[in-house]
Amino acid sequence: MAMKPHRKKKLLAIVGGVLALSVAVGLILYASGQKMNLFYTPSEIAQGKAPLDQIIRVGGLVKMGTVEHVDRDDSVLETRFVVTDKAMDINVTFDRVLPDLFREGQGVVALGRIDEQGVFVATEVLAKHDEEYKAPEVLDALERAGHPVKKDD
Amino acid sequence: MHAELGQYLIILAFFMCMSLAIFPMIGSFTKNAVLIHSARPLTYLIFTSLLGAFLCLEYSFLIDDFSVSYVASHSNSLLPTIYKITAVWGGHEGSFLLWVLTLAGWMLFVALRTQHFPLIRYCRILSVLGFICLGFVSFMLFTSNPFERTLPFVPIDGSDLNPLLQDLAMIIHPPMLYMGYVGFAVAFAFAIAALIEGKWDAAWARRTRPWAIAAWVCLTIGMMLGSWWAYYELGWGGWWFWDPSENASFMPWIAGTALIHSLAVTDKRDSFKGWTLALSLVTFSLCLFGTFLIRSGVITSVHAFSNDPERGVFILMFLLVIVGASILLFITRAGGITKKVNFDFYSKDMFLLLNNILLISATFVVFFGTIYPMIAEAFGRKLSVGAPWFNAIFPWPMFMLFVLLGIGPLLNWKRHDFSKLIPVLVKIAIVALVLSLIATFSLGEFYLWVLSGLFLSFWIAGSSMFFLSHTTRHANWQSKLSKLSNANLGMVIAHLGVAVTLIGIIISSLHSVEKDLRVGVGQTVEVGGYEFRMLKSEYIKGQNYEASRVSFMVSENGDEITVLAPEKRYYLAGKQIMTEASIDPGLTRDIYVSLGEALDDKQQVWAVRIYVKPFIRWIWMGAIFMGIGGIIAALDRRFRQLPKTAHDSHKTPDKETTQDPIGTTVGESA
Repeated sequence: MAMKPHRKKKLLAIVGGVLALSVAVGLILYASGQKMNLFYTPSEIAQGKAPLDQIIRVGGLVKMGTVEHVDRDDSVLETRFVVTDKAMDINVTFDRVLPDLFREGQGVVALGRIDEQGVFVATEVLAKHDEEYKAPEVLDALERAGHPVKKDD
Repeated sequence: MHAELGQYLIILAFFMCMSLAIFPMIGSFTKNAVLIHSARPLTYLIFTSLLGAFLCLEYSFLIDDFSVSYVASHSNSLLPTIYKITAVWGGHEGSFLLWVLTLAGWMLFVALRTQHFPLIRYCRILSVLGFICLGFVSFMLFTSNPFERTLPFVPIDGSDLNPLLQDLAMIIHPPMLYMGYVGFAVAFAFAIAALIEGKWDAAWARRTRPWAIAAWVCLTIGMMLGSWWAYYELGWGGWWFWDPSENASFMPWIAGTALIHSLAVTDKRDSFKGWTLALSLVTFSLCLFGTFLIRSGVITSVHAFSNDPERGVFILMFLLVIVGASILLFITRAGGITKKVNFDFYSKDMFLLLNNILLISATFVVFFGTIYPMIAEAFGRKLSVGAPWFNAIFPWPMFMLFVLLGIGPLLNWKRHDFSKLIPVLVKIAIVALVLSLIATFSLGEFYLWVLSGLFLSFWIAGSSMFFLSHTTRHANWQSKLSKLSNANLGMVIAHLGVAVTLIGIIISSLHSVEKDLRVGVGQTVEVGGYEFRMLKSEYIKGQNYEASRVSFMVSENGDEITVLAPEKRYYLAGKQIMTEASIDPGLTRDIYVSLGEALDDKQQVWAVRIYVKPFIRWIWMGAIFMGIGGIIAALDRRFRQLPKTAHDSHKTPDKETTQDPIGTTVGESA
């Protein structure tokens, strides 16, 4: 094939560029399926809508009077609490330090997966940031469960 | 009265910006000398009035004027004076005033330092900056007025500055970051002025370089401070969370990194012109996009200031105007600017092109991950894209980039006899492989990521060392440094910084030991080869907070190392609880202890976070290297020299290109 050297180079560059781009897009799509965390409300989980084999996010309010520190001998932390959207509840267990803003009756978003007993095993717990702010996901969860929160709440 | 004066000064700045955006630009087309010459005094006036407004706000904080609602919600009479000064940028309105003042500072600097530019170009650059400033000042005036009064119901005391921000690193983090963000406005204005003029040559690229590098240095240091602050202040021991607000500054940083490299090509070879111009526009647009993310309330995080949709819409409109005008100008004018310059595959040009492709891919990855949740939400699906996603993708373009980073600087411009370079590269690779194998196995458990990360670090370092010794090979020991141009020395230091940061990231990510435990007074726990004995839990009182302080004796094999005393603070004015971690820092490892909550009523048993993080300081150390490298490069004498005529600058043989890095003579003579 008689191709002028600079043409050949141009072709090489284009082919290289397209290859690199497709690898990048492929990687992004592959990882997107695996690593993005979908959000579910306690009601949706109760209806069995949430997948059991994936890391998901669940949001709602920490139900009053449900936070319990399990007293274990081996220095391992274990905290149990219930997250509610005022329609349905889900039991959550967490083995790490809770954020400063975590409080009963307040909004919380947890990341983790549901085990065989239907308990949500959290690997990360996020609490709201200040008195005025509720995570949009929490607001949404309450709204979908029929308990809309007023803007000035 | 000071609040009204401040308000008045902002309004004054608004009209000055409007004049600067309109009159010199019109003057530049109608060749009206009076209008053209108005650019400089207008810039001075804008800076002066905004500085005045800023000082008015400072004064309101210092005298505890709680009739100003911004002061009332971000300060308190108990707040230590130093934090009263810095509380000015502790919230949305005040930090935006600082932001605008920073832009005005850059404008002042441009007005002072580019007076040797052709007059038309000079006044257009200032005029474009004036337009950007006008956008920001009107945003402040119409949606985020820091001087709004609380009259007639003046609160007796303020509700306090967020305790997280009562910290020394937080004093410099925002100004540094802002200097970086708005600093790219200068490169942007240069590019727009070039597009209007329809001419952009190597000499002009050279003029842009120190400005772009300076902005990049500020952004680098600003991000480093933010990361370091998050590590010791947030109490989670993390240094990067892939939080949208971090990405907001990371995207312009990566694009800016691409920009300073592509500017080098345009400067030296008079090529990549359209691409470099486009990058200038993209980098600043990403800065604006970051501003939109943080200040519109579309994301929620420690940084997100407000949930005011009006603000979001305003910035979005401004972003669209800037991006739209840029694209329009680029499409209509860039055609005449680009120029075809040939180069081989094995040339510095080609490797810098690949550098740019990879950096832009990385920017795109971050961009995609940041906006995808918003797009998904628009389609009714709530999801989050966090660290697992970014960590799975982002390293790939970066690792490819680091492989090239070991080769690119050693190549000649245009053409290089690569066969002569191969033996050198093989030697560097063997040394790097041996060193990284030794290091990987001496760290304990084997991880492929650690091996490859360390290999790349040594590869970059080895190549940089070779570059140094080769470029200065004809000089005797004493004069070696003076043989290097500032730009080259800066480059080497910055690249070594990349290697240092990479070592820190890789080792601390994979070899950290993190335990969250339940510990009582008198109890001892073992984490990462260290023993931690809880000595006591006590109550203490600070100037504006009360706290529980828990002391730990840290020892290794029975030898006592230090006492760490993390605190759980309760800030009285804002009724906020805050975790104060206690850290024993070290070059090869940090010991990090922070408190969760008390697990019994007498506060004798605590949830405790104990981390041993090896090499974590290298992450920030490397960033400091990058910053220093950038400063050295920005001060290169070459950037300030005027070529004889702007047109033949690229033909003038440069000191660097004629130095012939790798001993072939083919490169430049052909």
